[in-house]
Amino acid sequence: MTGLTNAQLLFMLRGFGWTIALSLLAFAGGGLLGFALALARVYAPRPVRAMAMLYIKLIQGTPLLILLFLTYFGLPAMGLVVDPLVAVALGLSTYASAYLGEIWRGSLEAVPRAQEEAAACLALSWRQRMVHVILPQAVKIATPPTVGFMVQIVKNTSLASAIGFIELVRAGQMINNATFRPFIVFVLIAALYFALCYPLSAWSRRLEGKFDVAHR
Amino acid sequence: MSPIVEVEAVRKRFGTAVVLEGVSFQIRAGSVVAIIGRSGSGKSTALRCINRLETIDEGRIRVCGQDVTSPQLDVNRLHRDVGIVFQSYNLFPHLTAEENVTLAPRLVLRLPRAAQRALAERVLAQVGLAEKAQSYPSQLSGGQQQRVAIARSLAMTPKLMLFDEITSALDPELTGEVLKVIEGLARNGMSMILVTHEMGFARKVADHVIFMHSGKVWEEGPAAVLDAPKTDELRQFLGNGL
Repeated sequence: MTGLTNAQLLFMLRGFGWTIALSLLAFAGGGLLGFALALARVYAPRPVRAMAMLYIKLIQGTPLLILLFLTYFGLPAMGLVVDPLVAVALGLSTYASAYLGEIWRGSLEAVPRAQEEAAACLALSWRQRMVHVILPQAVKIATPPTVGFMVQIVKNTSLASAIGFIELVRAGQMINNATFRPFIVFVLIAALYFALCYPLSAWSRRLEGKFDVAHR
Repeated sequence: MSPIVEVEAVRKRFGTAVVLEGVSFQIRAGSVVAIIGRSGSGKSTALRCINRLETIDEGRIRVCGQDVTSPQLDVNRLHRDVGIVFQSYNLFPHLTAEENVTLAPRLVLRLPRAAQRALAERVLAQVGLAEKAQSYPSQLSGGQQQRVAIARSLAMTPKLMLFDEITSALDPELTGEVLKVIEGLARNGMSMILVTHEMGFARKVADHVIFMHSGKVWEEGPAAVLDAPKTDELRQFLGNGL
């Protein structure tokens, strides 16, 4: 029906698997670093706070493609030989960390200052205040925009194709080069992205509604 | 017996504005002290200095035998001895009334589960809200939230309680239920400092009144000073307040 062989379809599905894997890696790496950035932006001493802000501005002001070029071509040029997967994961994580860091900074700041004061006055340590008072409230605030940003991560993994990483787009390009059926190939790619992103954005919208009700 | 709170010649500025200009007073254990005065007189700041929510520029404060102004102060120990209730309740919205009350005893005092239960029951009953243990703050009225906030402080069995204009955000009909709880505490001999606008209440419950004006203790003494003000400022303040 598609004019593609099963082997070709399987090849694209494998690429799709890598798209999912890259998304998860980017979210995990970016989440870890982003959380540290958010904490630094809100609670660290002034110089550390300023450095975290500089990092965020720098990364947000750089195209993701350039970040990927830097980790894929730049690191080996500096004598640091890394696996392509590591290079791509590093580039994507760096990109995600700057955005997640900002989203989560905002969420931490959205929890009223008086909440921390009240917790401190009950003799809770900083860690206890974070874990039991601030974070549970911040997570609620952060969840809808975080899930929304996951959609961006999924779509932006496609840029890894530019450095030859065989994820969904790159796999599709290769199949198209062999079969020259661009329409069917790229519609298929779009459909697969949609199948991944639509549930995420629907989930994000639902969460927004839910937490809004809880807040009234 | 040494006083539970000693405030000596305390000065504090916010930027260029001087809020406390050499404030001194002492509070005996077991007494109920009302701090009154206009907005901006420094009364809330003075209260917040007592448990180190604000630092001071000069002077000395000793609370429950701890030097609050020392850089070596163990702030968490101070906060175990001194409870505070705020104007805006500041309950934790993601926790039930019971969880609000038991959070600090669980984490700080490491109370076992059964003891937490019993404690929550006891302090919530003390503020008349035993049946609201499982309610979230958003399901409670302002007066009920404030009473849970009082219970939350009591659960740490403080030696001193601070109340920072705790009825100012409440409707008159809800104010009464909160003040009744304070009266109960006073009867049990709890040491308390109340920053308040409720003159009638101060007169009834406080055994010592401190009137602050432009960053200074202007007049102080037993509640009777309210009936025979010595200074024009207090007379004016009472005149406007009533």
